[in-house]
Amino acid sequence: MSEPAVLEVEGVTKRFGAGASEAQVLRGVDLRVEAGEFVALVGPSGSGKSTLLHVLGLLQTPSEGTVRLSGLDAGALDDAGRARLRRERLGFVFQFHHLIPSLTAEENVRIPLALASGSMRATLRPRALESLRAVGLEAKADASARTLSGGEQQRVAVARALVAQPGLVFADEPTGNLDTENADQVFRLFRRMHAERNTAFVIVTHDVALAARCDRVVTLVDGRVTSDLRTPSGAA
Amino acid sequence: MPIEIFLAWRFLRDGRLQTGLIVVGASVGIAVMVFLSALMAGLSTSLVRQTLGTQAHVVVRPAEQVARALRPRPGDTLVVAAVERAPRRLRSIVDWPARQLEVASMPGVTAVAPSVVGAAFALRGTTRRSVTLLGVDARSFGRIYAVEAHLRSGRFGVSATGAVLGVALAADLGVRVGDRIRLQAAQREPETLRVEGLFDLGNRDVNERWVLVAMRTGQTLLDLVGGASRLDVAVSEVFEAERTARRIADRTGLDAESWMARNGQLLVALSSQSASSMLIQFFVIVAVALGIASVLAVSVVQRGRQIGILRAMGAPRGRVVGVFLLQGVIVGLASSVTGSLLGAGLALAFSRQVENPDGSPTFPVELGPWLFVRAVTVATAVGWTAAVAPARRAARLDPVEAIRNE
Repeated sequence: MSEPAVLEVEGVTKRFGAGASEAQVLRGVDLRVEAGEFVALVGPSGSGKSTLLHVLGLLQTPSEGTVRLSGLDAGALDDAGRARLRRERLGFVFQFHHLIPSLTAEENVRIPLALASGSMRATLRPRALESLRAVGLEAKADASARTLSGGEQQRVAVARALVAQPGLVFADEPTGNLDTENADQVFRLFRRMHAERNTAFVIVTHDVALAARCDRVVTLVDGRVTSDLRTPSGAA
Repeated sequence: MPIEIFLAWRFLRDGRLQTGLIVVGASVGIAVMVFLSALMAGLSTSLVRQTLGTQAHVVVRPAEQVARALRPRPGDTLVVAAVERAPRRLRSIVDWPARQLEVASMPGVTAVAPSVVGAAFALRGTTRRSVTLLGVDARSFGRIYAVEAHLRSGRFGVSATGAVLGVALAADLGVRVGDRIRLQAAQREPETLRVEGLFDLGNRDVNERWVLVAMRTGQTLLDLVGGASRLDVAVSEVFEAERTARRIADRTGLDAESWMARNGQLLVALSSQSASSMLIQFFVIVAVALGIASVLAVSVVQRGRQIGILRAMGAPRGRVVGVFLLQGVIVGLASSVTGSLLGAGLALAFSRQVENPDGSPTFPVELGPWLFVRAVTVATAVGWTAAVAPARRAARLDPVEAIRNE
């Protein structure tokens, strides 16, 4: 029997509101992401990309359909169960870094490990530093998050998403708020982590050039998957 | 360090100005609580001590004699009886030495002093004053009334030839230690006694009327040879006196009256004073709780995105609730420490500011450890309670709403 996909969704719909004001954002999405895949999710504004990412990341529950993470049906879990799954198996990077400004860079990176163990213990620091080293920011480990530049903050957010070595990382417009140089740096980081740790990535973007550098591009229009293509780099 | 404490501390430290202001505000509230409690406890203790300076905790007397109605005669005779109270006359407690031992052995009783007490006249030349004559056993009497400590001159020397009297009475009679006075009671010939000491028990009536003599002298003067008209009792817990009095009455069949029964109005005044102080403290604490709650509510709004990302990273709702409850607790604890110090300082300064002519504070304060334990407990509980609503609001935040792209 083959290994279950790291992410598998079937017939996912998502509606907001009720009655006359009801809006259907997702209209039956099927998607399967295998371990170690590097996927771009593209589509015009309002196509439902972010909503789909939130449903896949267990931040929102679908109106219909199933979401399975490594074979585990998320629909069968309560809020605490979904939180545990996010903690143990998923990483998130958002357009805005959402670091905790009162903490240092290293403390921000240590948070996911502390959430898993329940304690902000010092023994977790080496792992946080290692993750910061991977994004080239070990020297800024003890700097307050609010003193870092935008690019540095986003790199710290990447280090935070990867520190617990999740099997799957969701990134929502991760370079949307960065200049070209910083955007390229963050993307190359993703690529390196993917190569070194075989981490699967699902990246929501409307940057066509960035999508083209992914292995697979899934296009969403009006809440439906209209195409699912392997790029030359992915095919190679 | 548990992650909840770590984050709570960092969130508070990050909003230094807000945290500082609310800690100062809450500290003032706690200080008012400590100050009022110390003042009320001090006033209550001082009033009770003053009252009990000239009163035994429990006074035991012979049971009152009750006149009985005439029995109807057999037959058709109708008897209309009006029962009059028998006039009070000085009587001895039957077998008082045994009663004294019996009362002394009861739980909570610390001292029992027999005495013979009656009305008499003090004579000096042509001056004549109505007095209360107390024939006492100096040693046991001294355990109930601190005469020794309140002597103005002379000594507490009651003997066959010596008497000790209040300073006001001495002034009325124009006597000093060493002078002689005559005491007359119960239609007997006056006895001449030497003034051995003068006391000031802080009560004008007592200072004007009390004459202490040896028990045997009192018995002779009051025509109660070998007798004791009352037993004065001291108890370890003054507010248990009423219960002890009832036990003594039940067990001995004698009349036993506590200081609480004799001073009902004082107790009512003390309890209303305490109730009004509690009411003020309650409203101050409500204000403190609202202050803490509003600051934490603002903090939840300000930190919406941070809470959202914590939830996205897998922080369960309970952990988010914990972070905000702990912020309330930390603010409460910090306020209780600074508030207690401030309140205690204020209370001490206040008590030293206004003094009686004898140098004792007009507003005595009582700063026991229980006061600080209560302040810490109340402040922590208030901090915790005030944080409940903001904490629940934080836990209900939808992470998607919180982290939505700007």
